[in-house]
Amino acid sequence: MRITQGTFSYLPDFTDDDITAQVQYCLDNDWPLSIEYTDDPHPRNVYWDMWGLPMFDLNDAAAIMYELNRCREAFPNHYIRINGYDRRYGRQTTALSFIVQRPKEEPGFRVERQEFADRQVKYTIHAYATDRPSGMRYES
Amino acid sequence: MLMSTEEVAVEETLINLDGVYRESNIQQILDDLDRELVGLVPVKTRIREIASLLLIARLREQSGLSTEGPTLHMCFTGRPGTGKTTVAIRMGKILHHLHYVRKGHLVVATRDDLVGQYVGHTAPKTKEIVKKAMGGVLFIDEAYYLYRPDNERDYGQEAIEMLLQVMENQRDDLVVILAGYKERMDTFFQSNPGFRSRIAHHIEFPDYTLDELMAIAELILRRQMYSFDAESRNAFAEYLSLRVQQPYFANARSVRNAIDRAKLRQAGRLVRHGGVVPREELARIDADDIRQSRVFQGGIDS
Repeated sequence: MRITQGTFSYLPDFTDDDITAQVQYCLDNDWPLSIEYTDDPHPRNVYWDMWGLPMFDLNDAAAIMYELNRCREAFPNHYIRINGYDRRYGRQTTALSFIVQRPKEEPGFRVERQEFADRQVKYTIHAYATDRPSGMRYES
Repeated sequence: MLMSTEEVAVEETLINLDGVYRESNIQQILDDLDRELVGLVPVKTRIREIASLLLIARLREQSGLSTEGPTLHMCFTGRPGTGKTTVAIRMGKILHHLHYVRKGHLVVATRDDLVGQYVGHTAPKTKEIVKKAMGGVLFIDEAYYLYRPDNERDYGQEAIEMLLQVMENQRDDLVVILAGYKERMDTFFQSNPGFRSRIAHHIEFPDYTLDELMAIAELILRRQMYSFDAESRNAFAEYLSLRVQQPYFANARSVRNAIDRAKLRQAGRLVRHGGVVPREELARIDADDIRQSRVFQGGIDS
């Protein structure tokens, strides 16, 4: 099951040229970029790991692509996303965040029902991948 | 038969060089260079050659001829004040106009910015600077300080290796320009032969002649809305002819400093004099402002 999170999530996966163009757009808007990776696909997982520090004072997308490729080498089977942060006063928020790499196989989620007082049922989702310990989740 | 096919082939691939040349604004860039930089004939010639090379490379690419992107890493050697940094800044703009680099900004780095202070500090530091320079020009001033032969455990070597790698692998992303004094640059290259071979253009900046120095002075004054009169012009020419024979003469930089000091004296003179002065007096450098210099008494100006 292909997970859809962040900007452009309903588009086909981006090629490197597409990513470069988006990154350049961020830089042209003066949004510093950062790279993050995780192997926990849950949509409410906000704690992605940072690949290095956010990158300030850059002018050209090639520098971010360089870091992205280093990250891909280190984590070939993780989710990787790129965030662009708009630091302008009054906005100060992530302006753009999109997934640039995903594991080859994404097993998806199962629904879990929790029985509760008075025959209520609470629903939750559980990623199959997280059954395995972190770092081994997408190794076949 | 053979003739005619050849003719057809030629017909199909006619390229209007004049038109492309005009569109590329190269002439305008070169004219600006001629107007704003005095002398430096070998430098200008080389820039003209590089501009033509890039133009032809682009045309070849458009007409489907194979092109391997030319390497444009450069090394500027010359004595102090011969315009190495000034040309490097322009180089970024020129290469940007010729679509060789995407942004054309200049990042200036010295040893301090590249080499770290402890183990494992150098690589991230160098990488940071290289990333900043991507899409533009990385200018390493006094590059020979990177290499300290007397200290085997110096981290400079690490920065050099990193730079070499970047110069080879990210050729399309940035242009590296090294600058420094000729002799020290030569010894630097002798101990790092890999560097020398990765740099395609070794450009030497000649010292300025007296006439050129005078032209530079006039240029600086014009830009700051000051002017010489006939007497002060003579005085300044005399000043230069004395100054060039003294030690620590730094070409255009010395000229600029001399003018700054003359401006200082002019301001002092005007204030001391007081009263009512015409507007032109504020712009005029008097011969006396120059002749008060220590150089005329046999001293040294910086």
